[in-house]
Amino acid sequence: MKWLSDDKLDHLRTIAGNPDFSATKYTFVKELGHGGMGTVYLAQDRELDRLVALKVLNTPEITEDLRNRMVREAQIIARLEHPGIVPVHDVGVLPDGRVFYAMKYVRGSRLDEYAAQNSSLRDRLRKFQAVCDAVAFAHAHGVIHRDLKPQNIMIGSFGEVLVLDWGVAKILENPSTDCTDFTDQSAKSVKSVDAFYTGAGTVIGTRDYMSPEQARGEISQLDERADVYSLGAVLHFLLKDQSRPGKAAAAICSKARASAKEDRYSTVSDLSADIGRLLDAEPVSAYQENVVEKVSRWVSKNRFLVLLVLAYLLMRIFFIFTSRR
Amino acid sequence: MDPDTDIGGPLHCFPVTNHSAIVGARSDDQTTRRRAFDTILTSYWKPAYKYIRLKWQAGNEDAKDLTQGFFANAFEKNHFAAYDATKASFQTFLRTCLDGFVTNERKAGRRLKRGGDMDHYQLDFVTAENELRAHAAATDLTPEDYFHREWVRWMFTLAVEALRRRCEDSGRSMHFQLFERYDLSDDANVSYASLAEEFGLEPAAVNNYLAAVRRDFRRVVLDKLREITATDEEFRTEARSLLGVNVK
Repeated sequence: MKWLSDDKLDHLRTIAGNPDFSATKYTFVKELGHGGMGTVYLAQDRELDRLVALKVLNTPEITEDLRNRMVREAQIIARLEHPGIVPVHDVGVLPDGRVFYAMKYVRGSRLDEYAAQNSSLRDRLRKFQAVCDAVAFAHAHGVIHRDLKPQNIMIGSFGEVLVLDWGVAKILENPSTDCTDFTDQSAKSVKSVDAFYTGAGTVIGTRDYMSPEQARGEISQLDERADVYSLGAVLHFLLKDQSRPGKAAAAICSKARASAKEDRYSTVSDLSADIGRLLDAEPVSAYQENVVEKVSRWVSKNRFLVLLVLAYLLMRIFFIFTSRR
Repeated sequence: MDPDTDIGGPLHCFPVTNHSAIVGARSDDQTTRRRAFDTILTSYWKPAYKYIRLKWQAGNEDAKDLTQGFFANAFEKNHFAAYDATKASFQTFLRTCLDGFVTNERKAGRRLKRGGDMDHYQLDFVTAENELRAHAAATDLTPEDYFHREWVRWMFTLAVEALRRRCEDSGRSMHFQLFERYDLSDDANVSYASLAEEFGLEPAAVNNYLAAVRRDFRRVVLDKLREITATDEEFRTEARSLLGVNVK
């Protein structure tokens, strides 16, 4: 019998521990990454001949009822057709009992990697606004993400923004149905159930980015404002290495991250609107400016006009001065 | 669903207790007990021997006597039947029993006589001793961690041998050869492409063969684990410890 070195043991553990996709239509390719909730693998969809990202959750035990609920909810999440949302293609259970989700395999950089590449503040804010728009779309259809963080946001090769990993999303009661392709009764009838069989006291999400109520495991109390908090934390991440983010940006960040959810933006659309105003150098709702700041912002916004007027005035002064001689 | 690769069967649940040697050790039937004992002995004699050598600083011959004496005594007095899965893993139970046995033997100052009921077991102490000499234990390991590490090593070694037999018996020797060349070899230059050339296969076929044989390997490891755990819960705990996975 061949002696197995420690390195070889670790290798054998890895290959034996990798998920068994034999009962699925996927072929294991490689591991892409892992976190507290599960591990993401690159896999080949043999039927459609395409690569997919498969997230296998670290959840040992599920009942038949939970499995059925999970499938129903995955169907709802999969209908979130928005250019900023990477949908769940498929859901299932591996032979060893673990649950997996198949998602579109996105090539690009994660937001944290993208931010590290010296992107400007304006660029970061635009990307952040795009994230808000995608999340607002999901909220409009009754889906809360619950795990928003830079690692779950991808910037594609053409600068497109994609929110990933809706695997721990929560479906709210009475989603609005203003989107014509999301009006079926099965979607409306879902009653405040969690996409991934989370009960009261269960903590879902990532500690640094989760709202206080989420950290306390108050699953039934979670609403859109939990995502507002997480987005505030993402904004904080994007601003923290900026030397002069500005008081208005900091105020938006603080309001989004308020401990009490009543003090936050009531919707992600409101947060997005404030970001839009910030980008347009308009007054934001989160910050009350004094007169100096108002003037400063107006000057900053109308710099060209101010320069033009100044140049005109200087020329007038110059002509007055020279004509008197 | 392919029944061969459907781990856990149609209900995705391992019928652990049906095949457990630990359960078999409690049987009133002598044959069942003997078979269970064989499984336990096979799974633990080598880590037990190395553990005695390391922790108890026993010499080569002394460690052989103590190892054989421990298992012979355990079978004779049916010690393994006393295992309670709610208190500890079987591995911990066996190691604790082993410590107790060696302590008592040392106190009594007895010179154990090898042989007797253990004569017909072919325990390859020479190889175990050579491994000990060639591969010194890491200095930061406690004796308990060392026992566990050696048990994992031995479990995987047995699983590899079982996989080899399984592949040969089912006419899939090439599967095992690919596994041996890619997953067991120390040759860092081996790639799917080089194996494809060596075995006259397409790289995609190498990928498929390896995926299949790795699934078999996983199944063999879990089967072995099932044999030496007493309850579903212990099985799952040990599977997590051994493979880092949750099994239902």
